[in-house]
Amino acid sequence: MTKTPTALQALNVYVSLNGQEVLHGIDLKIRAGHWTSIVGPNGAGKSTLLKALAGLLEYQGEVFLFDQPLAYLKAKYRSQQISWLGQNEVTSDDLNVWDVVMLGRLPYQDWMAVPSAQDKQAVEAALQATQASEWRQRRIGQLSAGEKQRVLLARAIAVQASLMLMDEPLTNLDPPHQVDWLEQVRYLTAQGKTVVSVLHEVGMALHADDMVVMQAGRIVHQGACTDLASHRAIEAVFDNRIAIQAVKSDWVAVPNLLRSI
Amino acid sequence: MNLNKSNHWLFALTMLLLVVIGIGIGVSVGSSGLESLQNAWHDDVAWQIIWQIRLPRTLGAFAAGALLGLAGALAQGLFRNPLADPYLLGSASGATLGVALALAFYGGNQFAPDAFVRVGLTGAAFAGALLAVVLTLLLAKGVQHTMRLLLAGVIVGVVMGAMASLIALMRPDVLQNMQGFLLGSTAFIGWPACLVMVYVLLPCLCLAWFFGFAMDALSLGESTALSLGVPLRAMRIVIVLLVTLATGAAVAQTGLIAFVGLAAPHLVRSIVSVKSGSLALLSALMGGLLLLVADILARSLIAPQELPVGVLTAVLGGSYLLWLMYRNQNQGALK
Repeated sequence: MTKTPTALQALNVYVSLNGQEVLHGIDLKIRAGHWTSIVGPNGAGKSTLLKALAGLLEYQGEVFLFDQPLAYLKAKYRSQQISWLGQNEVTSDDLNVWDVVMLGRLPYQDWMAVPSAQDKQAVEAALQATQASEWRQRRIGQLSAGEKQRVLLARAIAVQASLMLMDEPLTNLDPPHQVDWLEQVRYLTAQGKTVVSVLHEVGMALHADDMVVMQAGRIVHQGACTDLASHRAIEAVFDNRIAIQAVKSDWVAVPNLLRSI
Repeated sequence: MNLNKSNHWLFALTMLLLVVIGIGIGVSVGSSGLESLQNAWHDDVAWQIIWQIRLPRTLGAFAAGALLGLAGALAQGLFRNPLADPYLLGSASGATLGVALALAFYGGNQFAPDAFVRVGLTGAAFAGALLAVVLTLLLAKGVQHTMRLLLAGVIVGVVMGAMASLIALMRPDVLQNMQGFLLGSTAFIGWPACLVMVYVLLPCLCLAWFFGFAMDALSLGESTALSLGVPLRAMRIVIVLLVTLATGAAVAQTGLIAFVGLAAPHLVRSIVSVKSGSLALLSALMGGLLLLVADILARSLIAPQELPVGVLTAVLGGSYLLWLMYRNQNQGALK
């Protein structure tokens, strides 16, 4: 059996925010070409970990991107390799949809250069992938929260990076578009891309290939999503308020009600 | 109204045309009216009025407005807040304090050196504005944290404003001159002042255009901009520098002109949807046009007397923002 290459590796990573340590020695391996979900209760450090993996905040320890130390990579190269979709970032309402998605091509453009045919093609494909192409001339401020999220997802896809890090990408998306997102992630991993997502929707997170379970700034479990040990770890970090059960061929998270009404 | 991309040029050209018309009107109005313009070719005095007074004043009003419009667009992009104005870094209060100090030390002194009289107040205002921004940067420990920068700017503004008021209280003789500065005026812009503003405006416009892509990326959030490889730190330094220079240059020559920096980018945004680089350029054009119109009105409304142009921009700008708030109240936010 051939060993799957590692896209991202964290070794003993510590992060402090405002003088308080929030990640306490993270060791992690993310398989290339797979989708990994990070789950855990509020305040577990999921978003902070994702930002550290993207090189967006200072950390102690080491992070390797395809075996290269992340801290020493040139900004341009890193921005071509890692695509980031943040959570609830305040965006200005002025730019139109096309221009927003085109920003995803910044890592490939020289200063003051006009977008190339390849850039336009990538933007077009990303807009198609998130069914956002009909709004291309609209200002982003004129869109609903869900529509805006799809445009921001298109912007992240347009980078065409080999690694996509997404923090709560399903925010504001209605169920059909959540399913579309799932299909998009499947499509990306089928193309050999690596996807890492922080998700609150445990049911959706269970569709990933791998699962990272966090609690209080530490990783308490890492394994396949189909692994029963992963399910037990998720139930434990959520104080057994949810139970993971098999329904047909899928795993779903159902609430464990403390009392029946 | 929201024009599509192909009409941006039309908008820019219309603005340019209006500016040219405004400059034409600007050199035609004044206490001696159109007469000076008609006699300019064969009457030295009339020529002097047009060439030495009206033209530099008109062009200067445009340049000052353009500087404020540009600084407003940049400040709003930097703080990612449509209500940000160019004075937010503390420059207005700094300039006021500079002027108050200069007036207190030399203002009433008839033996003050000539050079000081010429450049004294202008220099003091500029130095004060610059000092305020430096203090703001020191308090905010650099440019990394936008919120810290904003708070530091407010603190410096309040403290320096209070110091200027204290000086005015202790030296009532400077009060009237200071009031003139606080209200803003384009009446005393000569060629040197006009040229200084143009020299500051041109490189600022170029740099704002060059850094437009970074401002666009920043509009998607700091993390996203960083992930796209944007040199955020360098960009912030340049933008802070541009806002300081543009505001300092305008304030030093014209005093505190209210609302132009805030209203110009809003007006542009309400008509066209453009990227940050173009927004900065068009806001400069709009700011210039606004102050040009305000200057003409200031000269003609109660001619032969003049209104302080800052009063007009405050009334016009305030009314515009009120209307904007009324228009957008159903949307819940200023756009």
